[in-house]
Amino acid sequence: MLLDLVVVVLMVCGLLLFLATTVGLLRFPDFYTRVHAAGKGDTLSTVLMLGGLIIYLLRDFNGETALTAVKLSLIVFFVFIASPTATHAIIDAGYESKVPYWTRRKGAGAGYDGPERRRQDRQI
Amino acid sequence: MAAVVTFCVMFAFWVVMSGKLDLFHLGMGVMASALVSWLSRDLLFSGHTKTLGGTLGEIGRFLRYAGWLFWQVVLANVHIAGLSLSPRAMERIDPRIIRFKTVLKTDFARFVLANSITLTPGTVTVRIQDDTFYVHAINPQAAGDLAGDAVGGPGEMERWVAWIFEGGKR
Repeated sequence: MLLDLVVVVLMVCGLLLFLATTVGLLRFPDFYTRVHAAGKGDTLSTVLMLGGLIIYLLRDFNGETALTAVKLSLIVFFVFIASPTATHAIIDAGYESKVPYWTRRKGAGAGYDGPERRRQDRQI
Repeated sequence: MAAVVTFCVMFAFWVVMSGKLDLFHLGMGVMASALVSWLSRDLLFSGHTKTLGGTLGEIGRFLRYAGWLFWQVVLANVHIAGLSLSPRAMERIDPRIIRFKTVLKTDFARFVLANSITLTPGTVTVRIQDDTFYVHAINPQAAGDLAGDAVGGPGEMERWVAWIFEGGKR
């Protein structure tokens, strides 16, 4: 009973974080900030939801559920490697193709300092 | 040597994934892991010339860092969730690209730092050019002391990574 409560709390926390991620994806102003919301809100929420599932599984402990729990932990491990890598690949592609980014002071488009600026860096 | 370690990792992964322990499935696993570890023998542990003790020390320090990093991920996740649900979200975000020169020397240490930065919500590593990290941060609070602490040294996360792989104090 108490264990059920822990499972429910973990799953609800994970769902709330996913909700915040989705709302951020829709509300944020430009490509880069949306990638922030989309790509990374899922790290903690995945851990919470899969953690809840693992506890739920292990209530009746036997070889089969233990194996499934190990598989779920492996999913967490791979998400922690794959999610930042994919986020980085998307945002680097945006930077490379000179997607302008939104800044508070200058508004959309004015804040871009892409490859031109980098060439400058190298000369110094 | 690297191929043997890769084979062990691959085969352990196969056993967990298949869950069947009869001769047929284990034999398939041995063949598949052998093929994969031969094809990718220079990928997983490339150029690893450290001693066993050094590697174990790195793993131990890395686990302590993983605990700290997980707590940072929790804090940052709550911050970003609050930000995106806030009615005044547009006033509270202030995106910018931060540049800083890293003190880390090896590729792997830089990879760990870059992935940790991206894993923490609110900051993404855009690219690493020569010694310079380009990090997009959603607002200055999310960036924290990434670009350097008050006296101009490396930030806390970079000090951790330097402590794991290259000695030095945290």
